[in-house]
Amino acid sequence: MAEMNYFEGLAAGLKTLCVGLKTTMRELFTKKITEQYPENRKELKMFDRFRGSLVMPHNENNEHKCIACGLCMTNCPNGTITVTSQMVETEDGKKKKVLDKYIYDQGICMYCEICVRVCPQNAITFDQSFETAVFDRAKLVKQLNKPGSKCEERKPVARPAAAPKPAAPKPETANAAEAAKEEKPQENNKTE
Amino acid sequence: MFNLQSWTSAIHAWMLGMMPEWAAILIECVVVALLIITLYAVFAIVLIYMERKVCAFFQCRLGPNRVGKWGLLQVFSDVFKMLQKEIINMRKSDMFLHDLAPFLVVTASMLTFACLPWNKGGHIIDFNVGLFFMVAVSSIGVVGILLAGLGSNSKYPMIGSMRAGAQLISYEISIGITMLTVVALSGTMQISEIVQQQADNGWNIVRGHVPAVIAFLIYLIAGNAECNRGPFDLPEGESELTAGYHTEYSGMHFGFFYLAEYLNLFIAAGIATTLFLGGWAPLHIAGLDGFNGVMDAIPGAVWFIGKTFFVIFLLMWERWTFPRLRIDHILSLEWKYLMPISLLNLLLMALVVVFGLGINV
Repeated sequence: MAEMNYFEGLAAGLKTLCVGLKTTMRELFTKKITEQYPENRKELKMFDRFRGSLVMPHNENNEHKCIACGLCMTNCPNGTITVTSQMVETEDGKKKKVLDKYIYDQGICMYCEICVRVCPQNAITFDQSFETAVFDRAKLVKQLNKPGSKCEERKPVARPAAAPKPAAPKPETANAAEAAKEEKPQENNKTE
Repeated sequence: MFNLQSWTSAIHAWMLGMMPEWAAILIECVVVALLIITLYAVFAIVLIYMERKVCAFFQCRLGPNRVGKWGLLQVFSDVFKMLQKEIINMRKSDMFLHDLAPFLVVTASMLTFACLPWNKGGHIIDFNVGLFFMVAVSSIGVVGILLAGLGSNSKYPMIGSMRAGAQLISYEISIGITMLTVVALSGTMQISEIVQQQADNGWNIVRGHVPAVIAFLIYLIAGNAECNRGPFDLPEGESELTAGYHTEYSGMHFGFFYLAEYLNLFIAAGIATTLFLGGWAPLHIAGLDGFNGVMDAIPGAVWFIGKTFFVIFLLMWERWTFPRLRIDHILSLEWKYLMPISLLNLLLMALVVVFGLGINV
């Protein structure tokens, strides 16, 4: 038995060694992945999941999606984000919290991406820019919402589409009721 | 075939006309020694560059490409850096042994280097037990490594050198037996004679077919172990021993170890070329006289160096493929696998020789 193990081990070992040699020989002729950075900065494209710096995308009407809930600020481990908001009265007399300033201090950001993950509105994301070196720390403190921008109006169809769930019937009705409540002000806006 | 013998004897006769024999031989020895040391340095530089590039390409990288075109000047700048560095003497280390060790290592590899058959008539050390001499002088390197560990008065070099000692002495056995396999095939230990036979009758790896191929493979594994390289580089094991036996060395003393490591690679490949791939013998295919004529026109030194670099590539391929082994795995690989297989292989080769089964081209 032991002798068989010896010869089987020898044969298996030789086979795996050959597999290793084959792999490296294939690797010898593959395209090299080295990025020669300063020379190729024109055509350098970072991979999709790269976390460059935090940005808040705005649409063509200078509108962002941030509702100033402050979840990103409370979840940030480093205290990188400061959200200041103000209460304004809408046209139909309701009080509404709107974003005043979204301050992001890149100097103390550790790029954990928790802020992006907790954001209920997908208002913030990381872009691919990485050339962020400056001579003054103060320059790393950025305001992410553009001046004069406002929160995007929520689309009424978004909620009911997400609501139907086959497993739990009770929450579904609750959601539907909520959705109906939410839809009402929108309709009012339209009629006015 | 181009023969260097006529040139060397002509030079010798010309020098004898001007001075007594002892002076002529002395001058010739000094010139040849200088030649060998220069070649040694040149090959070290070429090998370090090649190692970096081959390693990079195996790892899907580009390797050095900033200093000079394609990074060609990188090794030169490294050498200048090394030459400028201070040689630091450790407190409480055995100064004499500590300083002696790198010279022993370099001397051993230079002596072995001088045994290689560069061309027809281009042997520097060549006598009837040449192969035996080669094995003997290459073993001096182990003494240097052990002294480096002992003289440094530090735990890492000590552990590294003990590992190196265990490993080198073990693998010397496989190397010796594979060499014996070739000696059994050739019937001589004289290096020039071994190569001459291969030039006349075909390369040993073809002549000795199955046992020669097995011996060649075993030699490639054991040769890498003998150079402290590749999967067998745990005498330096940087992850646990900082740099192994040369941890406490700096400047050119470290440079000697580095130089010897790369030249040992060249020597291991050179011995493999001499024993199995025909040394300076050109590639001949029986029946193709035109092709053989073209191959004969290429000088033997080019053949030897070309084949050696091919074997070096094989050794680097091996090195950059396999992960480092543990010390007990290394020793069990040698004592349980390589040594019994090479002994059986020697028996097989003896049968091949006795029954005249070898292929003579």
